[in-house]
Amino acid sequence: MKGSLIILAFFVAGVITGIYRFLPEHLFQNDYSLYALYLLMFLVGIGIGCNKKALTLIKEVNFKILFVPLSVITGTYIGVSLFSLLQSNLSLIDSLAVGSGFGYYSLSSVLISEISNETLGVIALLSNITREIITLLLTPVFARYFGKLAPIASGGATAMDTTLPVITKYIGSDYAIISVFSGVVLTILVPFLIEIIL
Amino acid sequence: MIIVLVLMGFGITIGWIFHSKEKFIKLTGFLTNWSIYLLLFLLGLSVGANEKIVANFDKIGLLAISLTLFAVGGSILCAWLVYHLFFKNK
Repeated sequence: MKGSLIILAFFVAGVITGIYRFLPEHLFQNDYSLYALYLLMFLVGIGIGCNKKALTLIKEVNFKILFVPLSVITGTYIGVSLFSLLQSNLSLIDSLAVGSGFGYYSLSSVLISEISNETLGVIALLSNITREIITLLLTPVFARYFGKLAPIASGGATAMDTTLPVITKYIGSDYAIISVFSGVVLTILVPFLIEIIL
Repeated sequence: MIIVLVLMGFGITIGWIFHSKEKFIKLTGFLTNWSIYLLLFLLGLSVGANEKIVANFDKIGLLAISLTLFAVGGSILCAWLVYHLFFKNK
């Protein structure tokens, strides 16, 4: 929990800095987060390489690994459909489209803005950022009460990069391969699913 | 995305070579933590700097967050089922 609070503090500090523009303007014009992500991916790779159990897991689990991204898609669509029944602001189609981001907010928001409308695009952005934040903050809770696949499911497409370090911290590096696999499959599917739905 | 995967593959190779060096593993953990902090700060930065998001946050924010809770809830329950059926005793 302490780890999550530190992470949240950094996020909040970022939001405040962003609103009041405390930092030089050029910082806002360039997307430095991409480079931070590159660094993180490299470090996560080292973490996986250091773990001798990581690669043996794939051999043991084999085809079952496919059930992980499949359960994320099924679960997301069931949850989102239920949501669309409970309120009248977002239709089933719109809800499914936003859900199809699986946390991949940059791509899903741009795609949805273009295919549908700007407002739905912003909803996709906020929703999928929230998915990432929920995963970062609640991974310890999810792992404890809903099993080792729960943080991977919550992370969706982000389970391969941004949420991977937190996920592996709480469910173990041996599950990192499954996390990356699920994240990669979902990331690839995001644009296809959004196109099909909208 | 290809760059990201290549970098990770590169990292895995380096990690594989140095996996027996205790100090190296510790340093990697430390750097990983700080790059997460940096990434979250930058994510907050782009959210805060986006006037459209800040202005509309109260209206559509609630809608987005509640939708996400259902999406995450459904995913977790499905994953919980799959975990108990196929993974737990592995």
